Amino acid sequence: MNHNLMGVINLIHEPDELESLTTDRCLATVPFGARYRLIDFTMSSMVNSGISNVGVFAHTKYRSLMDHLGSGSHWDLHHRQSGLFVLPPVAEDMSDLHKGDLFHFFQHRDFFLRSKADYVVVARSHMICNIDYNQVLADHLAKGADITVVCKRQSDHLSGKARKVELDASRRVIGMQDHYGRMKSDLVSMEMYVMKKELLLDLVETSLAQGQDHLVRHAIMSRFDSLHINGYLYEGYLGIINTITSYYRNSLELLKPQVWRELFFEPGPIFTKVKDEPPASYLEGAKASNSLIANGCVIEGTVINSVLFRGVKVRKGAVVRNSIIMQNGEVGEGSSLDHVILDKEVHIEAGRDIRGVIDAPYLANKRKVI
Amino acid sequence: MARKKMVAMLLAGGEGKRLGVLTKDLAKPAVHFGGKYRIIDFTLSNCAHSGIDTVGVLTQYQPLVLNQYLGIGSPWGLDRRDGGMSVLPPYVKSKGGTWYKGTANAIYQNMGFIDSYDPEYVLVISGDHIYTMDYDQMLQDHKEKGADATIAVIEVDWKEASRFGLMSVDEHNRVTDFQEKPKKPQSNLASMGVYIFSWPVLQQYLIQDEANPRSSNDFGKDIIPAMLESGIKLSAYPFRGYWKDVGTIESLWEANMDLLEEQPPLDLHDKNWRIYSVNPNRPAQYVSEDAEVTSSLITEGCFVEGKVHRSVLFNGVQAAKDTIIRESVIMPGVQIGEGVQIYRAIIGEGAIIADGVTIGKPEGETITVVASDEYVDSSSQALLEVEQP
Repeated sequence: MNHNLMGVINLIHEPDELESLTTDRCLATVPFGARYRLIDFTMSSMVNSGISNVGVFAHTKYRSLMDHLGSGSHWDLHHRQSGLFVLPPVAEDMSDLHKGDLFHFFQHRDFFLRSKADYVVVARSHMICNIDYNQVLADHLAKGADITVVCKRQSDHLSGKARKVELDASRRVIGMQDHYGRMKSDLVSMEMYVMKKELLLDLVETSLAQGQDHLVRHAIMSRFDSLHINGYLYEGYLGIINTITSYYRNSLELLKPQVWRELFFEPGPIFTKVKDEPPASYLEGAKASNSLIANGCVIEGTVINSVLFRGVKVRKGAVVRNSIIMQNGEVGEGSSLDHVILDKEVHIEAGRDIRGVIDAPYLANKRKVI
Repeated sequence: MARKKMVAMLLAGGEGKRLGVLTKDLAKPAVHFGGKYRIIDFTLSNCAHSGIDTVGVLTQYQPLVLNQYLGIGSPWGLDRRDGGMSVLPPYVKSKGGTWYKGTANAIYQNMGFIDSYDPEYVLVISGDHIYTMDYDQMLQDHKEKGADATIAVIEVDWKEASRFGLMSVDEHNRVTDFQEKPKKPQSNLASMGVYIFSWPVLQQYLIQDEANPRSSNDFGKDIIPAMLESGIKLSAYPFRGYWKDVGTIESLWEANMDLLEEQPPLDLHDKNWRIYSVNPNRPAQYVSEDAEVTSSLITEGCFVEGKVHRSVLFNGVQAAKDTIIRESVIMPGVQIGEGVQIYRAIIGEGAIIADGVTIGKPEGETITVVASDEYVDSSSQALLEVEQP
């Protein structure tokens, strides 16, 4: 147990260009990787790092979030003390919703004050990785830093959007720009910040008092000189998922065995809400290759280079290529899909032929019948 | 304690001798089945779907894995404020204590547990059968018939009948005769080991049975014959559906193969009767470019690069390139090297099969078994064949 570190999953104004995948749900609960939701990766990393106090700052469209997280028992966060806290906005009127994350942290400052932890890690849900925060904290302490930001050296972001970071030789942050900035750097911020809880509360109050309400853009990016901001280099797999193309391309990355082995197992397992689906059934005539397939699927047709979520049915003669099919989707007899993303419970009738292209996959809304 | 209509007592202490190495360190109800389950999941899920919220699980033989698996019963919705699941091992009393001497004695020793819920009825079931059944319908039948005891029965093949406890019934399904594993069967209605008793009646017979020093304290051998002899009302409840006693290597293998039919007799996909189990938290299975998988069940966490036909792979199984797996059951975490061939076999949990090994034969009746955590390479592969009966 790491009682000295508490976790914050910050869903306030998460960058979201996932089109219809986030019509009825927040980014954090977008299904990913055949059986997970995006938030599972940050939640599991925190839990595997021994963090027993996690606050999820919900913002909008959080029904699916509440449903998914429940009491936190699937992540072993149903504690008598501490555990999981889901913290929706405290808003006097609608305009408060538009205020930045610091405003919402302030509204829930009791959550921070009640925790016995001295340090806090603030993370988001759209940076898919499997990370040990103890190593980040150890680096933070060794460097005597005020704030440590987790960075990743990555030349191709697979169409994801992330802040760029510049470090000096001692890994001190000397520059940071939003994704559209002109700064040249192959380092991206994973939007994970470790600091003393006391410093975070100080930043919250000082910034708000000066009319600033964004943690990174205001409080951190204006203090490269006055605070020692340290860059920790993460080496594992990182998927930046905030555009529909990055969602699609990162989903297909999971078909690389080394990514599968790394992201889902090292340093710890990824936990999610349990569903009691039976094992996947491959019937006579099934052909599956280079695919990720979840429990509850029934495969009679052909599946190539694809990701099938729980309970997907691929009927006789159907061919699914380069596609992502979410929970309980059904592909009718003889239908053919290529470069397609089907949201949950989409039903493709027999004999259909649906194609997208790699840069613009065809996306079908939840429960659509085609 | 709040009063309960019916309490279930689940017998889970069996050694399962005929499962050989598979139950060396494991109680029979904890043996893996069907790709992601353990045998006991079926009866516990039946309880959950039949509206039974109070279950005593009687353990005795090698309970470690079983106890860890059951926990506080959450996967089956049995972590309740009143009732829920209680694991009941034999215990020491002020005048000493004994192991459970037989199935009836196990219930006798826990009469206090049952009484604490003051139930009208007690359901006695066993944790080593694979079936889905609504015990509430059976209770309705018990009440309608005004029976003192109701025994669930299933028609079995006449050729196999002598392996079972057999009931003869009249036209109202009242039991007229009972024979335990007779050489010459008079009936093909086999007892499924599922009983509903009116609690005061059972209590009386348990006390009588305990007082008889010659009794083997067993439901099939002692309690039911005694009830029949005294003329109280024993009713048979005919069950039509899939039921399998998986007490032998052959029947365990067969029951797994039954799940691979195009229209399996037991539908694991039935959304109204989900089989609940403890989730191992593994990622979705990866099937490689070279893999061929047909007529099989594959579970989360598997990494398949070989050819799999008519087989059941439990979670976390790795099957490397150029492997052939046919008509086999591969339990959790088994690692299979390159070029391995496995035919008609059960491979125990965590076993490691080295590159190039062949296990079992494509033809014939024999089922080859590899024990849990065994390491099999080309030198130990020969030994495996010698050990088989």
